[in-house]
Amino acid sequence: MISASPAPLLDVEGLSILLKEKKRPDVAAVDDVSFSVAPGETLALVGESGAGKSLTALALMRLLPKTLGVAAKRITLDGRDLTAPSDNEIRAIRGSVMAMIFQDPLSSLNPVLTVERQLVEAIRLHEPISKADARRRALELLEMVRIPAAATRLAEYPHRLSGGMRQRVMIAMALAGRPKLILADEPTTALDVTISGQIIDLLMELQRDLGLGMLFITHDLHVVRTVAHRVAVMYSGRIVETGTVDEVFATPRHPYTEGLIQARPHGSFAVDGHRLREINGTVPVPAARPSGCAFEPRCARAEADCRAQVPPLVPDNDEGRAFACFHPLQERVA
Amino acid sequence: MNRHVLRYLGWRLLQSLVVIAIVIVGSFMLLHLVPGDMVDILGGQRGDMDAELMAILRARYGLDQPMLVQLFHYVTGVLQGDLGYSYRNQTDVLSLILQRLPATILLVVCSVIVAVFLGTMAGVIAARHVHRPIDVIISMVVLVFYATPVFMTGLGLVIVFSVKLKLLPVGGLFTPGVDMTTLQLVANVAKHMVLPVLSLSLFYIAIYARLARASMLQVLSQDYIRTAYAKGLGTTHVIIGHALRNALLPVVTMVGLQIAELFGGAVLTETIFSLPGVGRLAYDAVFERDYPLILGVLLVCSFVIILVNLIIDFVYTLLDPRVEVSR
Ligand SMILES: Nc1ncnc2c1ncn2[C@@H]1O[C@H](COP(=O)(O)OP(=O)(O)OP(=O)(O)O)[C@@H](O)[C@H]1O
Ligand code: SF4
Ligand SMILES: [Mg+2]
Repeated sequence: MISASPAPLLDVEGLSILLKEKKRPDVAAVDDVSFSVAPGETLALVGESGAGKSLTALALMRLLPKTLGVAAKRITLDGRDLTAPSDNEIRAIRGSVMAMIFQDPLSSLNPVLTVERQLVEAIRLHEPISKADARRRALELLEMVRIPAAATRLAEYPHRLSGGMRQRVMIAMALAGRPKLILADEPTTALDVTISGQIIDLLMELQRDLGLGMLFITHDLHVVRTVAHRVAVMYSGRIVETGTVDEVFATPRHPYTEGLIQARPHGSFAVDGHRLREINGTVPVPAARPSGCAFEPRCARAEADCRAQVPPLVPDNDEGRAFACFHPLQERVA
Repeated sequence: MNRHVLRYLGWRLLQSLVVIAIVIVGSFMLLHLVPGDMVDILGGQRGDMDAELMAILRARYGLDQPMLVQLFHYVTGVLQGDLGYSYRNQTDVLSLILQRLPATILLVVCSVIVAVFLGTMAGVIAARHVHRPIDVIISMVVLVFYATPVFMTGLGLVIVFSVKLKLLPVGGLFTPGVDMTTLQLVANVAKHMVLPVLSLSLFYIAIYARLARASMLQVLSQDYIRTAYAKGLGTTHVIIGHALRNALLPVVTMVGLQIAELFGGAVLTETIFSLPGVGRLAYDAVFERDYPLILGVLLVCSFVIILVNLIIDFVYTLLDPRVEVSR
């Protein structure tokens, strides 16, 4: 298992995303988040809807709408300083060092351009090769993501492809610029279960073969166990627990992590036998976040001090394990 | 061009033929509801026709037949390219119209192209700089274009550019009585068309600018635009390569819907600039109650409009490959 190595591919320290409100003071939708991804490693960012997972990924790509501000103590990617990149710097990195795969492949592909146009454009943007060579490479990419009859697919428009095929095209497009880091934002949420499994297998295989770093965003803990080496659990704009997947699943220390694990029957999709244990309530929107621990209103272990102060993310061991809770669950004795 | 698109276009062609048939029959019947026929009108204007002469004329032109028989004759004539005879002009209707058609088509086509091109460009620039000064200025200019009636624009342009500045001709299609090479003639006609085209297209520039701005803003918020940026493309490239084609779709649809209206505007423009077009022909025909000519103009115009709509449908299928499923 690879843990945070001395030279991470992506290193993010103190990333905040601010909703700039006209009348009220700025609200941090993502609040002082730090994480890193090593080459060849998959970090899963997991949490319920509204946790700030997509915002985090989009902030790295600088693809957020202008109404949202990004502030960070330090962001480095593959040895480059990306803390406050210029437009040209970020453009040179998008697609070539860091590429993103989105949730809905249909809306994420341009409906009026063929697969070939969209792939060739991505290829030639970062590599000065002829159209014919780019076309050959597009074909290779489609074969790499295992699209059957790839040559005929090149001429198709996105609406003629199935959901799974579209997501494969998106993946091929993300790989076009030979990136080192892939940001995958819930890449299988829009797909049905079987197809979703195939896409996850494909991503894992590509990641292994190409030695990619991957930030894998999901709300599905089962998927986390399959794809990721390490996991960061996000709640209301903050990381509340992080560590290797094995550790976090074996001994969750944050009550929210435990709740997420228990809400999902162990290692299977067979829901009917188990009654899913829901965590009551919902993630507070950034503006309505409680002043202390954001999970406090839903937490069974909450005490008075939880309301007084935000629990800091405290390292628990040297391998990057950390959690943010004043009254953590006890480590299970083996 | 795949099978689905061809089938779609074939279906549209069939629809068009039905529409043309309805137009022929409909306008024929309508004109026959108007009291008095051609001979009455001729008689009324001449004042010296006796009943016998009128009966002879009616028999000669088949006006004494029952309406359905007349309709049948008219339709068989139309199918053979015979649109009837204009008594007032003493010529057959088709050649009268064909003589005038080029000027009108030139005016309308140029106006559409200018309106779509300038309108879209203004809309795209406004959307690109939304809520910034350029956007505000464009919106204001567009509003002025939108609110000014065609005849005022036309007259205003004539006063400024022809009368005061003497840069452009006041009217006509070309300068008569001058020997010109083909190239000179083209340049001369172009010069004569500037003001008519401008005055006819300003209103539509305004419409397409507003439409293009709105549709561009809508397109720019789509996921695939984010994907294009995620690839590493720059803003200009994203707008021209990824957004423009999608943003053009509503504009193209609008052109199809407004083409008939544009022909209406052409009548006015032709009158202001004394252009020898179908519009003026129709205008005169109405005043002289030249029924065969009115009917002919109606028919030819509907035919042209339907043809233009077919072309627009075709352009649309080129722009949007989803047509086969969405329509
Ligand atoms: N453009 C925006 N303007 C204002 N608030 C926003 C904007 N985008 C997101 N938010 C808010 O920021 C919070 C985090 O959103 P984000 O999309 O990152 O959630 P997520 O973790 O990706 O959830 P999901 O699983 O639904 O994708 C949410 O409360 C959302 O309402
Ligand atoms: S800090 Fe308190 S409220 Fe927050 S998770 Fe821990 S016990 Fe619960
Ligand atoms: Mg999201």
